[in-house]
Amino acid sequence: MATYRFTVDGKPVSVNAQPEMPLLYALRDNLGLRNPHFGCGLAQCGACTVHVNGEPTRSCVLPMSAVAGKKVTTIAGLGTPQKPHPLQAAYVAEGVPQCGYCINGWVMTAAAALKKNPKASDAEMRDALAGLKCRCGTHVAIMRAIKRAQRELA
Amino acid sequence: MDRREFLRTSGALVVSFSMPAGAAFEQAAGGKPGLVADELDSWIAILPDGRVNAFFGKMDMGQGLDVAVAQIVAEELDVGFDKVAVLMGDTATSCNQGGASGSTGTSNGARLLRKAAAEARRVLVERAADKLATPAVQLRVEDGTVFSSGGKTTYAELVGGRYFHHRVDWNQKVGNPMDIQVPAKPKAPAQYKVVGKPVPRRDVAWKVYGTGEYVTDVRVPGMLHARVIRPPRAACSVRGVDEASVKGIRGVRVVREKDFVAVVAPREWDAVRAARQLKVDWRFDANAFPAMDKLHEHIRQAKVVKREEALKHGDVEAALKMPGVRVIEADYEWPFQSHASMGPACAIADVKADRCTVWTGSQKPHFTRDGVATLLGLAPEKVHGIWVPGPGSYGRNDAGDAALDAAFISRAVGKPVRVQGMRADGTAWDPKAPASVHRGRAALDASGKVVAYDFMSKGFSRQHIATNESDPADSLLGQALGMTPKGHQIFGSPEESYGFENKRLAWETIPPLVDGCSPLRTSHMRDPVGPEIHFASEQFIDELAHAAGEDPAAFRLRYLTNPRHAAVVKAAAEKAGWSSLGKGKGIAFADRNGTAVAVVAEVEVDRASGRIFAKRFTVAHDCGLIINPLTLRQTIEGNVVQGLSRTLFEEVRFERGSVESVDWASYPILEMPDAPEAIEIVLIDHPEIAPSGAGEPTIRVIPAAVANAFFNATGVRLRRAPLSPERVKAALAKA
Repeated sequence: MATYRFTVDGKPVSVNAQPEMPLLYALRDNLGLRNPHFGCGLAQCGACTVHVNGEPTRSCVLPMSAVAGKKVTTIAGLGTPQKPHPLQAAYVAEGVPQCGYCINGWVMTAAAALKKNPKASDAEMRDALAGLKCRCGTHVAIMRAIKRAQRELA
Repeated sequence: MDRREFLRTSGALVVSFSMPAGAAFEQAAGGKPGLVADELDSWIAILPDGRVNAFFGKMDMGQGLDVAVAQIVAEELDVGFDKVAVLMGDTATSCNQGGASGSTGTSNGARLLRKAAAEARRVLVERAADKLATPAVQLRVEDGTVFSSGGKTTYAELVGGRYFHHRVDWNQKVGNPMDIQVPAKPKAPAQYKVVGKPVPRRDVAWKVYGTGEYVTDVRVPGMLHARVIRPPRAACSVRGVDEASVKGIRGVRVVREKDFVAVVAPREWDAVRAARQLKVDWRFDANAFPAMDKLHEHIRQAKVVKREEALKHGDVEAALKMPGVRVIEADYEWPFQSHASMGPACAIADVKADRCTVWTGSQKPHFTRDGVATLLGLAPEKVHGIWVPGPGSYGRNDAGDAALDAAFISRAVGKPVRVQGMRADGTAWDPKAPASVHRGRAALDASGKVVAYDFMSKGFSRQHIATNESDPADSLLGQALGMTPKGHQIFGSPEESYGFENKRLAWETIPPLVDGCSPLRTSHMRDPVGPEIHFASEQFIDELAHAAGEDPAAFRLRYLTNPRHAAVVKAAAEKAGWSSLGKGKGIAFADRNGTAVAVVAEVEVDRASGRIFAKRFTVAHDCGLIINPLTLRQTIEGNVVQGLSRTLFEEVRFERGSVESVDWASYPILEMPDAPEAIEIVLIDHPEIAPSGAGEPTIRVIPAAVANAFFNATGVRLRRAPLSPERVKAALAKA
């Protein structure tokens, strides 16, 4: 057991945990956040995605030992109903999610990709989003929302 | 206002989420009529401020059914749409209308709310007539206010915060067939102002901002985290558990009863570690399953448990033997598929001496309640089932198992318990969509006319375990405790109206591979056996068109006898520009309980990699009256993509005794690079025809449309799903 200090959505936190415990359990169980979600525990789906120092990261496999001193941002910290990230606003406008359980992966990954390349083509975005899962099959709506966000960002 | 906030502020008529069942029923004694279907108060409540609660006993799983219900209630009551809240999934506030089931949310589910809302309006207008001393026929209602020529009153004044105490006529049925009759006459479609409008869903914002609650997020004070240790193979029993193997982990307890093993711990990560570390000595049947590459041979050879002929006219066998006819035959195969919901199931149960509360993501929470009550030996009303949105649900997935597990473990440890599966619990151990074989035989006369048509499906029952968890024998827990599922034998047949002279549609079911605990137990998955059957039947129709030398769209139009069926085929073909499309186009059509769907798929085939890229789909959809075209389109899109995933990628892999598909690497589904670039949708509205459902019909036409498009592109038939790159390459190499 060790104490790990880092920030979550701008707030400093400290968590006592085994060094090998994944960040996801600290966020959900120790800190009581309701997102991100456990989808696979294997970095295969994206439901647990957060930004760690701005990079989309699968929190279900990131050990606490790698989190100390880092800046963690969840989807709730990316934007709020009052101050939405353009992708979140676009998601709402397009009514993208169905069950919505996968959403962290798509929004957090796309937000980082658009930050690097706001003018990414459809093909580039489709590749950037490979590896994420959405079981309800909202992929076409996701692409519509991304285009809408790109217009907003342009 | 988020969902919880709304519920908190929406008045005394709502039982709060956290209130134990006992308290709810004590409250009921104080004036609220019992929660029975023949009380209007069980369906509609007017709050003190004039807002309306509609109590819905079916479930929305993210396709906007609750919004459709709100539109219907607002329409019939003459109140603003925004004033209507739809409360669903709480067994203390809604009757058992069957939960999410068979795309009947609108047809069966909303039908009752339509009648209840119309009756509530009739009763309110009658009471207003008394109050305003004006005959009811001279009153008009606008947004919950009743006007006479000189006066007015409101619904809130008439009954706000109180109960109607008004009986309606209930047919005494529970689940999907539940219905009521009322004196009020619902509006005619021509009068609709809210129904038919593209109203957005209400559950989008909290999902996008991460501010709401999934079942995985429910926390109860004093709650322990549990993980269930599923057997490594089918037909397993436990020889022994080495509890010392998890001794070093804080606060861990092992729960074992017969072949059921679970661990609990105060911290979730400790429960996960303990589950991984616990040494269980299993005894198993190493040959419970046939070899995977012999699966379809096994099905063909297996004993038939039940056979049914859904349609028979003329003499097919005689017609197939007529002199001068050309006989076409083809065999098709479909694998086991997994729900593989986005997250493994989760449930929280708090079992007390004489009652239990269970929070579940199950799409049939009333049946969850019944199953938990049976398991615990409690009366159903002593169990409070509360649905909280789960990680996706497309039928009988692993949610029901999690709920029964949680209740069992909570009773064993005397504390509230949260169970969540690991990935393999959701992929390897969920109930599977059945594997099947299909055979088409047909005879064409010299002119190319079809004079005989025989279509047969044979497979595992789609209800080897029941479609809900109301009987613990249908759960993994029950089976680990020694119960055997009763097993209902049912498959299905193509739904179409091809007017062939001699025609037979039949199905046969075979015994399950394992009677007890099995990762290949079969049950309902979105559009049960629909994709399976129509993958075969709609390819076979294409094969006949090809044999007859006729265009596949024209061929279908020649034989379809139901004009609504022909209309969707025409509409899809026209919208897609069928006649001018190049190579790589395919069409398929089916009906599903009165909803007609046709789809045109356009594919590109990369011969080197074996990849099929289904670029564009054009869907024509007729489900009768359209309640909400916006949510309908989104529902159809989800069907197309999920259907494409099942067509191209999905196959449960197994060995002689164990399922090897345990995660997304071993059970791949469609990802973004393979998603279609466009889905065009033509909605055909029939206001004069009662709505017939949209949650599932479209998925059944996708597999055949893609396979037909592949044939159109390559001249090669793919008669075994999924149409994976390896299979495509092998088929092209052989051609």
